[in-house]
Amino acid sequence: MIFNVLKYASIFILLTLFQGLILNNVEFGGYIVPFLYVIFILALPFETPSWLVLLIGFVLGVSIDSFGSTLGMHTSATVVMAFCRAYLLRMIAPRGGYEFNSKPNVQFMGLAWYLLYTFILVFIHHLFLFYVESFKLTQFFYTFGRALASTVFTVVLILVVQLFNYKSTTKS
Amino acid sequence: MGNLIRFLSKNSFVFLFLFLLFVSFVLLVQNNNYQSSKVFNSSNFLIGNLYSTVNNVNDYFNLKEVNAELAEQNAKLQSLQIGSFSKLYGSVINVNDTMYAQKYVYTSAKAINNSTNKRENYITINKGSANGIKAGMGVISAKGVIGTVKNVSKNFCSVMSVLHEKNAVSAKIEKSGYIGSLVWELGNYRIAQLKDIPNHVNLSKGDTVVTSGYSSVFPEGEMLGVVREFDLPEGNNFYNIQIELSVDYKKLSHVFIVKSLMKKEQEKLEELNDI
Repeated sequence: MIFNVLKYASIFILLTLFQGLILNNVEFGGYIVPFLYVIFILALPFETPSWLVLLIGFVLGVSIDSFGSTLGMHTSATVVMAFCRAYLLRMIAPRGGYEFNSKPNVQFMGLAWYLLYTFILVFIHHLFLFYVESFKLTQFFYTFGRALASTVFTVVLILVVQLFNYKSTTKS
Repeated sequence: MGNLIRFLSKNSFVFLFLFLLFVSFVLLVQNNNYQSSKVFNSSNFLIGNLYSTVNNVNDYFNLKEVNAELAEQNAKLQSLQIGSFSKLYGSVINVNDTMYAQKYVYTSAKAINNSTNKRENYITINKGSANGIKAGMGVISAKGVIGTVKNVSKNFCSVMSVLHEKNAVSAKIEKSGYIGSLVWELGNYRIAQLKDIPNHVNLSKGDTVVTSGYSSVFPEGEMLGVVREFDLPEGNNFYNIQIELSVDYKKLSHVFIVKSLMKKEQEKLEELNDI
C-alpha cells in the first residue's frame, strides 16, 4: 500500500514536470496541444474511491495550472474528467465486474476497451479545457476542431506510453 | 436533519464534484483577467445584445415609412433647388424673393409596375390626378430620366418610358452643347440611340448626354446616359450614336414627377408662331 502510494506519487511528479516543462511547449501551429498528464487519472486503479479520484484530479489540475499560470483551467477540466471517469467505468464495465487487482490498461482490459475508455475521457477533458480557455461560443467549430485534434494526439501519446509499459512488464 | 445528512452522504460524490468545480471556477475567474472580464461583463453583454437585436428588427419594420419620408423630403428639397427656379429679372435688380420664380415642382412617387421587354414600355406609378398629376409631365429618378406621363387615373398614372418606340427626349451632349433627340429602338434595354448630331461635332466615348430643357418637360441637365459607341456612315450627315442609359429600368423604385409651372406659358407662346 505504502509502496503503491509512493509509486503513484513519483509518477505524479514526473508527469507534472514532463507536461509543464516539455509538452506545454509543444505546439503544432498553435492548434494542437497534447496534454499527456491526464493519463494519471486514466491509470488509477479501479479500486480507487471516486472521491479520491476527484481530489487527485483537483490537485493534478492545480499543479499543471501553476506551470502555465492558467489557474483553474486545467483544474476544472481535470475535475470534470475525474467525475466522468466514475460513471464511464460503471457504464463500460465487463459483465462480471472488474477483476480484483486489475488495472485500466491495455494489458488487462484489451485494446478496444482501453481505446474507448481513453478517447471518451480525454475528449471530455479537452473539450472542457478548450472551451473554458476560449470562454465564448463564437468560435464554436474552431474550438471543437482544436479539441478533437488535440485529443487524437494525446491519445496517440498515451498509447505510446502504454506500449512502453507493456514491453517492460512482459519482459519482467 | 437526519434526512438532510443522509441525502448529502448519499450524493457526496456529486457534491464533492460540484464543490471542486466551483472552487476551480473561482480560481479561474480570480486569477485570469480574460475570463473574469468575460464573466462580469456577460450580463451586460447579454442584455445589451438583446436590446440591439430588438432594435434592429424594429428598424426593419419601419424601413418602408422611413423610405417614403425620405423620398418626400428629397422631392421637397429638389423643388427648392436653384435649378428649379428660373430667373425673373436681370442681375442688376436684386429684389428679395422675387429674383427667382419657381419653374419645376417635384412629387415623389413609387413605380409599382414596369416593363422593359416590349416595343412600347410603360411604367405605372402610384400617384394620379388626386395628387395633381397631369398627362405630359416628366418623370425622373435620382439616376436620370424615366419618361413622360401619358394617362392619368385618380390614384395612378402610366408613364411612357424612355424605352418606348415613339418617345423621343430632347437631349444635349453636355461637353459641346449640341442638341439631338434620344430614341430607343427595340432590343437592349440599356442602350438607346441619339439622333440628329451633325457630323462636324467632336465626339468621344464616355461623353455625358443630358436633357436639353427645350421641351420644358424635364429640367435642363438631367442625366440620360453616356456615349457608348458612335460611327459616321459614309455620305451621311449625322452620326449613329449608341447611348448607354444611366437608369436601369429593371430596378425602378422611387421616382419624381416633374411639374413644369411654366410649360403652358411656353407652349402658348410657341403656338402663336404657327398661326
